[in-house]
Amino acid sequence: MRVPISWLKDYVDLYEPIEVLAERLTLAGLEVEAVDRHGDAEILEIATTADLSRCMSVIGIAREVAALTGERVRLPAGSAQELPDDASAFEVEIADPHLCNRYIGALVRDVTLGESPGWMCQRLREAGLQSINNLVDITNYVMLEYGQPLHAFDHDLLVKRAAGSGRPQPLIRVRAAEPGERITTLDEVERTLNERILLITDSAGPLGIAGIMGGLESGIQDSTRNVLLEAATFNGIAVRQAAQQLRLHTEASSRFSRGVPATLNALAVGRALDLFERYAGGRPAAIVDRYPEPQRPRVAYIAPSEVRRQLGIEVDLAGIVSLLERLEFQVETVDGGALPTDAGEATLGLRVEPGEPVLRCTAPWYRLDVELPADLTEEVARMIGYASIPPARLAEILPPPEHNEALETEERLRDLLVGCGLQEHINYSLTTVENHEKLGVAPEDREQFIILSNPLTANRRVLRRSLLVSAVEALPYNLRYNGRERSFEIGRVYLPEQGDGIRPREERRLSLLLTGPRRRGSVHPDPEAAGAMDFFDLKGILEAVLDAEGWRSKTEFVPCSGEPVFGPRCAEIRGPDGRIGVLGELHPAVAERFDLAGRRICLAELLIEPLVKGSWRVEVVPPLSNYPPVVEDLAFVVREEVTAHDLAVVIRRAGGALLAGLELFDVYRGDSLPPGMKSLAFQLTFQGLESTPGDAEVSALRRGIEEAVAAAVDGKLRA
Amino acid sequence: MSDLLQELETLKDEARSGLDRADNRPLLQAWHAEFLGRRGRLAQLMRRLGEVPPTERASAGRVANEVKNRLEESFEARQSQVQRRELEATLEAERVDVTLPGRPVDLGKLHPVTRVLRDICCIFGGMGFQIFDGPEVETDEYNFELLNMPPGHPARDMWDTFYTTTPNLILRTHTSPGQIYAMRAHAPGPLRTILPGKCYRYEQVTARSEMMFHQVEGIAVGENIRFSDLKGVLTGFADEIFGTGRQLRFRKSYFPFTEPSVEVDVSCILCGGSGCFLCKQSGWLEILGAGMVHPRVLRFGGYDPAKVSGFAFGMGPERIALLKYGIGDIRYLFSNDVRFLETIRY
Repeated sequence: MRVPISWLKDYVDLYEPIEVLAERLTLAGLEVEAVDRHGDAEILEIATTADLSRCMSVIGIAREVAALTGERVRLPAGSAQELPDDASAFEVEIADPHLCNRYIGALVRDVTLGESPGWMCQRLREAGLQSINNLVDITNYVMLEYGQPLHAFDHDLLVKRAAGSGRPQPLIRVRAAEPGERITTLDEVERTLNERILLITDSAGPLGIAGIMGGLESGIQDSTRNVLLEAATFNGIAVRQAAQQLRLHTEASSRFSRGVPATLNALAVGRALDLFERYAGGRPAAIVDRYPEPQRPRVAYIAPSEVRRQLGIEVDLAGIVSLLERLEFQVETVDGGALPTDAGEATLGLRVEPGEPVLRCTAPWYRLDVELPADLTEEVARMIGYASIPPARLAEILPPPEHNEALETEERLRDLLVGCGLQEHINYSLTTVENHEKLGVAPEDREQFIILSNPLTANRRVLRRSLLVSAVEALPYNLRYNGRERSFEIGRVYLPEQGDGIRPREERRLSLLLTGPRRRGSVHPDPEAAGAMDFFDLKGILEAVLDAEGWRSKTEFVPCSGEPVFGPRCAEIRGPDGRIGVLGELHPAVAERFDLAGRRICLAELLIEPLVKGSWRVEVVPPLSNYPPVVEDLAFVVREEVTAHDLAVVIRRAGGALLAGLELFDVYRGDSLPPGMKSLAFQLTFQGLESTPGDAEVSALRRGIEEAVAAAVDGKLRA
Repeated sequence: MSDLLQELETLKDEARSGLDRADNRPLLQAWHAEFLGRRGRLAQLMRRLGEVPPTERASAGRVANEVKNRLEESFEARQSQVQRRELEATLEAERVDVTLPGRPVDLGKLHPVTRVLRDICCIFGGMGFQIFDGPEVETDEYNFELLNMPPGHPARDMWDTFYTTTPNLILRTHTSPGQIYAMRAHAPGPLRTILPGKCYRYEQVTARSEMMFHQVEGIAVGENIRFSDLKGVLTGFADEIFGTGRQLRFRKSYFPFTEPSVEVDVSCILCGGSGCFLCKQSGWLEILGAGMVHPRVLRFGGYDPAKVSGFAFGMGPERIALLKYGIGDIRYLFSNDVRFLETIRY
């Protein structure tokens, strides 16, 4: 809302510098975003929140200024015109009073179309509107002045249309559009309508879209001599929804959708008729006022104790009365013990102390936003000023303490991964079905995606079902600048098929990504640095994290095939209750689809839920032995398909309690072994808590291990 | 003076000058063998003590021992001197150019938004707020209706919404729906909670706005919760996150789920309020919206608004991260550009 200061001064005296006024308005809820100055003109640019329908006019702002500065508002002349309700020149009919509770039509005869006076053109321009001609300008001027959108029809044209359908005089009818009905609006666009759009019609068809824009055909023409002026109140919700549907947002629709009080219709008509008389030579001839549902006064109750309870300050009864009266409320004191039981929201949340007098406050007609005691509390607060409410130390009792174990687990994992030298990423949760397909993680059923019906861009239209999609799709961008990435993300995936029937399940997951040289290059020789990070770099990180989480002994890495994301270097991480994650090297064919060909990319995705722990858990640290260990190295020759894990399980079982440590330290394949065989060398540490193991004891265990390995995996001690 | 004594004296002098010439370990060992070894020259002289007349034997023996002790002492001193010199020479050979760069280490870092979220959670945690989180995919009912925005409510225009192909299922436009879950979990008892999480808005992505961002919602409900408490809590928060001495400005605003509603500004963290490019010459930075929980929302949450009152607030960690790290463009945050993330300092 652009408010020229010179215009504002018509209705209220200003004694303060503009900056002081701007600050005052801003603190009271009318945010002055800028003071626009050009030439002598000073214009306030005011942002009006959705509750400030009353301030979408210069007079509305003047009322606020008056209340805040203790001044009085002067309303313009011609505000109350007395004309007979005369239906001989036209008739008005409202189909549904719920959608239009007042419609005033006023006939002005013998207007002279021409230019508006210079001052009016200037004010319109300063407020951001173009001057068109005196007739249209007057309707716009009154809208900016009072906040009532007006529309002007060419009356002769309406008479002609009526005659064409066999009627002596026009019948203005406010009704819902019929499906498929069409109208060309003033902006010369033909629009197809439906039953959710409210129309102004006559016997020949649509004249305009109610509260949004008039029709091209019936509007003011160069030849217009007689004007039918419309001032009405349309249902705000209906206008807002129609404007959204038509994507047609106008000065009128923005006012109607926030609410235009019906009382204002008559004031605005009176003012417009006065201006038509003065600046277009028009003669008011007839008025038809259909007002099936008169505007009800808005009432709410408030008491000093309620102000204290909500704001934490003391304002006595007289203080509240004086503040509200400055805002033109009518206030009367009533007995707090005898509040009406049918007051509805007028007393919602009001807590009255025994014997306390209560104020019954009737809002001025232009306040549609006052519904309950809290609205009055806000008026008191903003009139006093929020700066005068002292900050207090929260003294209310606390709820019983409760941990958010899932979030705590996420934070723990973040710390561990940062400790492993990984950078945290936050990726968009929105992506495409195509990227899921390219990665090979798209479900066959499209119903298993949450799909946006109004995506902003083509590449963000569904919610992800895998964090790997986000990680891979973001990678090419980063690789343009950096040949290396070590990153992780903790976020959610969205699984409608596992949801509560309405919302999808939002599963917490963790993803890891490694690609590029193992270490950054430097001036210092480091032969291993240049090698590409591979499966085992990634596995090492996961092992470290699982170990720190106490999960190392509860999980195993199991070879895994058939994952389209990965090549053969792929494993699943299995916990006591099944799979908790997967890791591997991205399949080259998949990498190529993401323009990542020729690059080794290591990825992992884990569920976070299984790692969530209660805040108190017992995890006993095993006792340390004070006796020296006996350390032996044993190398076994086994077939290629026997995994290190298989062999370790056998050794550990046969080694029993004395086998305190088992470490694989060498894997050998070569000429000295038969084809298809490999040697796995373990270091075994035998250690007792009560004594040092004796030679006989150790050699018996060693024999037992050899036999077990031979039996279980057909392995032999390497000669 | 017997010949023996004379010879001892000569030996001592020879040994002394020999020791001065022995400037490495092999020479020192050779010297030790020559003079002090079991078959060394001193030992040979001492074996001849028997030739000395009995009357002089005792004093000759004393002299011989004296020489031996002196030479041993000299040897020890010389040896440690030589060793020290050798060590110094070795170290000198290892001298490096200390201006060469160190061996690179991979330092992982938290995302700047995570850092700010942690700061926020930590500060409110200290004031007794518990952390909740709710779903990002929400129903129209939770995102709007239960927050006092029935269908068609003009305030719905404040949030441009992503809709899904499932009717009434949307991406939450704010973390405020979490208020309802939190209230329903605690009503009619006291509640003090913050709710961090991702939100989505159908907004063109520009330097100042993102389609995806985070919010932290806060809510406190109880029998004695007042606007003055809200002011106290937010003042404490601003002191913690932006440094003490900041001014806060509360100005009337509008949110459908709070009444009264305020917008809270902090005095510019760059210019302190005198006006600069960051605050667009206003001296103030808008940091959060807040207010007293609307009685209808309290009722939807399961409370009786005549018995309890509450305050709520909502803030954007991205906005705070932009201010805190002097980032000029919100799009950097989710592009995850390594060059950008690596420049973030703690």
